[in-house]
Amino acid sequence: MSKRENRLILAHIWVALGAMFVGTAFGLLQVYSRAGAHVTEFFDYYRLLTAHGVLLAIVFTTFFICGIATYATYSAIPRENRSLAIGWTAWSIMLFGTVMAAVEILAGNASVLYTFYAPLKASPWFYLGATLLVAGSWVVMLDILVQIKAYKRAHPGMNVPLPSFVAAITFIMWFIATLGVAGEMLLLIPWAFGWTSGIDVHLTRILFWYFGHPLVYFWIMGAYMVWYTVLPRMLGIPVWSDSLTRLAFILLLVLSLPVGIHHQLMDPGISNVWKMLQVGLTLAVVLPSLMTAFAIFASFETYAAKQGKTGFFGIVGCLPWSNPAFTGTALAMILFIFGGFGGIVNTSYSMDILVHNTMWIVGHFHITVGGPVALTFLATTYLLIPKLTGRILMTPRMANAQVIGYFVGMSLMSIGMHVEGLLGAPRRTAHLDYGTSVVASSWESWSILAAVGGTIVFINILLYAFCLIGLFSIKAYGETDFAFAEAEDPQSSPWWLSRMDIWVTAAIILMIVAYAGPIWEHFHEGPIYLAPGMRTW
Amino acid sequence: MHMPRLEKIWIAIGIATMAAFFVTLITLAVASDLNPPSTEGMTIDPTRVMQTPPFDKPGLHQIGPHLYEAYYVGQIFQWSPRELKVPAGSTVRFFVTSTDVVHGFTIPTADVNAEVMPGWISEVDHTFNSPGTYLVLCNQYCGAGHANMFSRVEVTR
Repeated sequence: MSKRENRLILAHIWVALGAMFVGTAFGLLQVYSRAGAHVTEFFDYYRLLTAHGVLLAIVFTTFFICGIATYATYSAIPRENRSLAIGWTAWSIMLFGTVMAAVEILAGNASVLYTFYAPLKASPWFYLGATLLVAGSWVVMLDILVQIKAYKRAHPGMNVPLPSFVAAITFIMWFIATLGVAGEMLLLIPWAFGWTSGIDVHLTRILFWYFGHPLVYFWIMGAYMVWYTVLPRMLGIPVWSDSLTRLAFILLLVLSLPVGIHHQLMDPGISNVWKMLQVGLTLAVVLPSLMTAFAIFASFETYAAKQGKTGFFGIVGCLPWSNPAFTGTALAMILFIFGGFGGIVNTSYSMDILVHNTMWIVGHFHITVGGPVALTFLATTYLLIPKLTGRILMTPRMANAQVIGYFVGMSLMSIGMHVEGLLGAPRRTAHLDYGTSVVASSWESWSILAAVGGTIVFINILLYAFCLIGLFSIKAYGETDFAFAEAEDPQSSPWWLSRMDIWVTAAIILMIVAYAGPIWEHFHEGPIYLAPGMRTW
Repeated sequence: MHMPRLEKIWIAIGIATMAAFFVTLITLAVASDLNPPSTEGMTIDPTRVMQTPPFDKPGLHQIGPHLYEAYYVGQIFQWSPRELKVPAGSTVRFFVTSTDVVHGFTIPTADVNAEVMPGWISEVDHTFNSPGTYLVLCNQYCGAGHANMFSRVEVTR
């Protein structure tokens, strides 16, 4: 990797981290507001909630994944004097879009939350900015595919190297998913400019969730990229299995996509049969995650065997817990076990009525994207940033305390939110004062627990910032061991695991099966009324 | 492609578990009618809700012994009717629509939960067995006053 390539990767990471710092600070205000601190007199809750969601769930994750996927691809496919024109174009478009959307949100012109459900009508520049962010990430995919094409030209008949393969699969999934939100934008943007008078609310929701749940898997695949290919390197072992890693990502490509309607189980206008179909497909996507769990435990066992350790405590005890990158990633995995369980509840059809739009869901995604994904990414930066800048992290103990503190805080916050939700507390509300309601008073202590957890998370984000400041103020230079691992026999996989075209076709067919019904139904059942837009904030 | 025996067992257990969950959900849906509120084909002009019966007079209609229909209109930032009284043991069919943006109609302790979209009528049913005051609130973000959007169902003895 050359210095100029490193700069491109770092540019993605810095934007991701910038969004993360701002977004987390807003999150702190939100947990206090809900715990009854009456802080909303000083700020506009929904404006900052929109910023929190967009900056953390979209900007932080997308930029980080673009950075790490580009890095994985570039390092697996080394090229002399590689053109970085595509890479920088992508980054620039994404940043331009992000700034455009962020300005509109902070100016109060787009307090529509990160789901921007019509007919809430934001400024057209917010929709355009978001579109550019997504369009820029398509250019990142193009860059990855260009590198892969160059590899294939130079190495005919060989399988694409594993790190670049998983990066490409992740971005192809992302591309198919974002076609949904791009389609939605084609309806929203003319309407927001006032060129069309009404909006098909239901169709925009279907298109949003066509993208909205695969988005979740985009985050997860970013984290899995680290778990499968970076974690073994931290342990000094090869990737556990080349073919099973490829298979897991292929299953994620095919099964992550046709699942969005499980977010619309409480919607009218979609019949039960289509809902049930996507519930089944959502349950199927658990499979690659189970494979991932197996691969990780197998890696741990391989590592322990090298130290002569066996048995559960032997294995857990000998893992490199003093390495913050490892500790953070391992704790992230623990959170994902519970995040996964909760996800199965959420998609369980009639059971969703208990938790839909309650704080349970918020608790759930804070131990999926907020925990496993974000913690994996932050932990990775403890290796990635030193590696890319040639500096040495001189505060590994503090960094270790930081990832542990983040884990504790996120767990407490999530427990508070889950229980609050089971007791019926709604999500997305600035406060919980519902008159003198007995039900609402049962939420109080749990919202306070969530605020305590949120505070701990915030303190640990400050600690993270402190570690970064230390990294750049202490003049310690050297080589950090960060790389993407491959398997012992990287060319062992059968050809059908390396052929993306077959699996992309399979994914598209399954997408048609899952969505043809609901969309046909939408246009054939009763007249469709277009709703005028509204600014209600 | 080599998959170790242990992983095959692990995956088999995983598939069997997910299949069991899925079969359970289907069985409950078919046998016990445990379905989400999926009102099909019930649309309404969102700009004319207040002129369209029965939403022009939101409220309770008795249609049989212990059986009621309740028509609710969601409008920033309130539910109409503001209060409803039904005797314990009543089954209420809630029909809910919106005149403006998307709302969420929920009664937290009563397993009533539905998205309410302008242009559509959502239906969700519930039998109120225990007397008391039930909070009806909006659980889908609808704007600045979203947290103040609530009403009550009074279940009398």
